[in-house]
Amino acid sequence: MSQSKLSLVFALLGGLVLLFIIAPLAGLFIKTSPVEFFETVNDQEVTGSIALTLGVSLVTTLVFAIGSVPLAYWLARTSFRGREIIQSLVDLPVVIPHSAAGIALLGMVSRDTWVGQAASAIGLDFVGHPLGIGIAMAFVSVPFLIQSARDGFANVPLRLEMAAMSLGASPWRSFLTVSLPLAARSIITGMVMMFSRGLSEFGAIDIIAYHPMVTPVLIYERFGAFGLKYSRPVAALFVLVCLIFFVLLRILANRRTHDPIRKY
Amino acid sequence: MIQLENINKSVGNFTLRDISLSIEQGSYTVILGDSGAGKSLLLEILAGIRRPDSGKILVDGVEVQNQSIQERPFGLVFQDLALFPHLSVRENIAFPLKMRRMSKLDVDQIIHELALRFEISQLMERSPNTLSGGERQRVALARTLAPKPNCLLLDEPLTALDTRIRQEIRGVLRNLNRSGLTIIHVTHDYQEALTLATHIGILEGGRLIQQGTAEEVLRNPINTFTASFTGIKNYIHVTISDQRGSGVCVAMANHDIPITLDLQEPAQEGYVIIPEEAIFLSHHPTDTSAANNFCGTITDFHPSPHGVEVMINSGIPLCALLTAEGVARLNLEIGDTIWASFKATSVRFIPK
Repeated sequence: MSQSKLSLVFALLGGLVLLFIIAPLAGLFIKTSPVEFFETVNDQEVTGSIALTLGVSLVTTLVFAIGSVPLAYWLARTSFRGREIIQSLVDLPVVIPHSAAGIALLGMVSRDTWVGQAASAIGLDFVGHPLGIGIAMAFVSVPFLIQSARDGFANVPLRLEMAAMSLGASPWRSFLTVSLPLAARSIITGMVMMFSRGLSEFGAIDIIAYHPMVTPVLIYERFGAFGLKYSRPVAALFVLVCLIFFVLLRILANRRTHDPIRKY
Repeated sequence: MIQLENINKSVGNFTLRDISLSIEQGSYTVILGDSGAGKSLLLEILAGIRRPDSGKILVDGVEVQNQSIQERPFGLVFQDLALFPHLSVRENIAFPLKMRRMSKLDVDQIIHELALRFEISQLMERSPNTLSGGERQRVALARTLAPKPNCLLLDEPLTALDTRIRQEIRGVLRNLNRSGLTIIHVTHDYQEALTLATHIGILEGGRLIQQGTAEEVLRNPINTFTASFTGIKNYIHVTISDQRGSGVCVAMANHDIPITLDLQEPAQEGYVIIPEEAIFLSHHPTDTSAANNFCGTITDFHPSPHGVEVMINSGIPLCALLTAEGVARLNLEIGDTIWASFKATSVRFIPK
């Protein structure tokens, strides 16, 4: 097959997949009238829900990064029996049904568990609380951060860390001055992925913290109560906000980090 | 003075065995060996990247084998240089100084001196990714020498460089050594040893099989492996069986091929070295004063910087160095039958 025919076939097949992704989203905007859209923008329940979703997902991502980055480094750098099992456990939340994830989490943090009771004792309540939303978001989205950061650290040549230490750096300073900056691109990409996945979570949040309503739950609520016509503008607005955030974060990540290893 | 005493280290299936080596202050020691001989592992043990399973490393009489990598008084230049790609040249050189928490004034002063010494002042704000091989090598040397190590460890520093840059970096290394810096350099290239070393160690299969001054090792290779590594082509195992009159003896190669030597040696085993430029070739047996005349077949031609090496199988493998004009004049081709002759006086004997 000639190069031009190959390109044509690939363009056709790839175009079909692109169409599959774009068509429903485009339909969402086309079928939402400007009046409906601007009414939704002024709906405080919707904007509050979007702010809650964005805020909880952002905070969850930042908090979980503190533990996930060291875990990713450890998985990238150490070799031990059972490492594959730990890697699979880390990836597990991606493959299990999110309703099942929600039930599992509820079993851990509900008021009749010692974790739930301990939290209640200090005035925290996971169920029906942004804290519960954050836990549900983190559970299903943290594997994206760990995987990406782990790959980032694995791509940093061990020799660079050895060179840093032979030049007098302690293991801590070697990590902070060499490994972390060189893996930054992957870590930030992982954080963007975690944040984005957190925004879209529905299944686990629906079970653990239906209220206050994050936007995916609100869309489902309006669809169930009022039908497609009333849920569509909310969905369109949320998709638009997610798209803007995703694009902005991507641009920011690309500006802040470069990929020195690949060029080297 | 750096001393390695009975260093042993196993990594997977490979073992570095019983390495003992003395390195004098201010010397330039080249460790020669094949890929997989354990050269880099030996440097890693010296640098503190790996701990030996047993044995001692002494620096001026003080044991350092249990010191951490940061405490070792060595500066290691990795084979791929390991420059930090996210830092500028200036930041790379400042790295070891900042790790030692030196003042900014001192850091700037040292960087300025190193930049002048290695002629890299114009590169200071550039990224290592944008430098040429020679420039990167200079930056790596400047970075390693910034904290003033006692000894510089070089892992195949010239391998990835083209000929011109290689000569340039050789000059830099020679000057560093002349200024009093002790250098340990591992390589598989004997020409690096020829041009740089004051001392040579030969590493084979994890064992240090020969060491000494460069002249000792290059003149008296103890086996074929060492000979091949020191660039000697005609290094042949022989047994001296009898004497033939006044001052001439016969050494038997492969039990039945006699090589005449202008020496008086008792019956013993050893090696003969026949300089490749001492062998002359002809299509027919000639009436010369050469005591050694062998008929063989040309098996190959190897171009070399000094001419063409003609490989001959005459029962023993011989290599003769001819000029390109000489090869053309004799119209030599692979498969030709040829006579190889050399004088008894050109043959050197090394007892086993």
